[in-house]
Amino acid sequence: MSHVLLRHRDIPDLNTLSVYKKNGGFAAFKKAVSKMQPNEVTDVVKNSGLRGRGGAGFPTGMKWSFIDNKNWPHYVVANADESEPGTFKDREIMESNPFQFLEGLAIASYAVGATVAYIYLRGEFWQVAAFLDEKIAEMEEAGFLGDNLFGTEYSLKIFTHLGAGAYICGEETALLESLEGKRGQPRVRPPFPPSYGLYGKPTIINNVETFTNVPMILANGADWYKSMGTADSSGVKIFSLSGRVRKPGNYELPFGTTFRQLIYEYGMGVQDGRPVKAIMPAGASSSLIVVDDKVLDTPMDYATVRTLGADLGSASVIVLDDTVDIDWVVNKTIHFFKHESCGKCTPCREGNYWMRNLTERIHSGAGSQGDVDLLLNVAKQMQGKCLCALGEFSTMAVVTGIERFPQDFKKAVKA
Amino acid sequence: MSLDKKYPKEIKQLLAKYPPEHKRSAVMPLLYLAQREEGYVNKEAMQDIARILDITETEVASIVGFYSLYHDKKAGKYRMQVCTDLPCALRGADEFLNNLCENLGIKVGETTEDGLVTLESVMCLAACDRAPMFQTQGPDGIKYHEYMTVDRTMELIDALKKAEKEGKE
Repeated sequence: MSHVLLRHRDIPDLNTLSVYKKNGGFAAFKKAVSKMQPNEVTDVVKNSGLRGRGGAGFPTGMKWSFIDNKNWPHYVVANADESEPGTFKDREIMESNPFQFLEGLAIASYAVGATVAYIYLRGEFWQVAAFLDEKIAEMEEAGFLGDNLFGTEYSLKIFTHLGAGAYICGEETALLESLEGKRGQPRVRPPFPPSYGLYGKPTIINNVETFTNVPMILANGADWYKSMGTADSSGVKIFSLSGRVRKPGNYELPFGTTFRQLIYEYGMGVQDGRPVKAIMPAGASSSLIVVDDKVLDTPMDYATVRTLGADLGSASVIVLDDTVDIDWVVNKTIHFFKHESCGKCTPCREGNYWMRNLTERIHSGAGSQGDVDLLLNVAKQMQGKCLCALGEFSTMAVVTGIERFPQDFKKAVKA
Repeated sequence: MSLDKKYPKEIKQLLAKYPPEHKRSAVMPLLYLAQREEGYVNKEAMQDIARILDITETEVASIVGFYSLYHDKKAGKYRMQVCTDLPCALRGADEFLNNLCENLGIKVGETTEDGLVTLESVMCLAACDRAPMFQTQGPDGIKYHEYMTVDRTMELIDALKKAEKEGKE
């Protein structure tokens, strides 16, 4: 099957403007701007069933339709803060198929009437940002960005903006704060960005992968897109596969592909031929899934993964084999969240600090069963008490780790 | 020399990205500019940025404190930031970092005697399939180094040392 998003794997040099144009590049943007009304573009995206690829899976077209048309100007922001441990797909898109992403961003901007769009990249993507700046300049030169595009009244500018090392800025309202030159701390919602976003103006924020779908949807139609994937989750998804597999990497597959296919057909199985012990389907923010044959044969879409007591999220699938101790895993994820908590909400700031002390003690062998019970208690008390999802996510591996792998914690406190 | 005297062209370009009434948005790019030469943001630069953007020095300092890629203290010319998060650790990142420490004779957070490299352990860098990996943060920005071994890292450090020596001559 040829790729929809990772098309550079089929077409060499797709990251050059001439090759991208030769392969249908910017035809969708031109069609949208010169032949379609903005709401018609939104309708096509809505009908395609495209859902946000950043983790939440919110219907993209519906989000666009929420833009407040009584308040101007509008902005579109691409979330390129890719920071979830286990996720590395947006970087590949931006490095190797940048124009398809930029075209999708441009189409979205037209659909919601934005004349300025920003790309917020994590600070570590310094080289990626410089590369995108070059590509944006090439688009301006070629007349795909700037004033009076395709002879119409529509104008658009795209700018990159580098973050500086803060996982929380992947949360959309923290990202907006950061883009406004403040500390990246989430806002109280509602109001949501489509009514109150960047500089207090209506703003649409989508993930890089979400935008990258859009030119293909516009070019081939909503029905074509829906013909892939499942009824719940249409289309294709990039699965970032990491951990103890032989061939980690990005794999673009239709929703509904099973864990077994991803791990054994694409990832070439587990290192040293060992069995899979657990899967984290949404990076460090995941619940831990206990793996058996039934789990391996589960199709990956948003609704079905939920039946396993986990979320598909950004589809960053971390594979743990039977040599991995879950108390070690939980210690790792809590070190991450302790470091990345922005400090705004007390349960998250304090909870992660104390959870880190506990996981460290348990993993070092100095802990007791009482520490394990206390850890579970702290995690459960944090749930539902924070402004953004970070506080919630930090508890997922802790709670599911202790409840689903109690033997690992018993062993750790006995040793 | 003040920041705006040193980089007038760059600052003008950066400010042009944002609406004039929201120029505070430029605080992050200006901080990168400020730490380009010394590898950290000194007090004078924070004052300059506050003046350029019409915000207080405390507000600038709060940004420096919040984000991990800004530094208010001098370190080695290159910060070597090894990812030891879960996916990298599952592919040997902790062992890699330990061996690197042994080879360099320094601990995490310390700087080599010649002041060239500070070794740090950092959170996920979105290169989980290419571990062990690290980034170098230095005068020329941030660069990724992937599929690393201790040998290849020592070669990189030797190359940086050589470039440093030639640059000084």
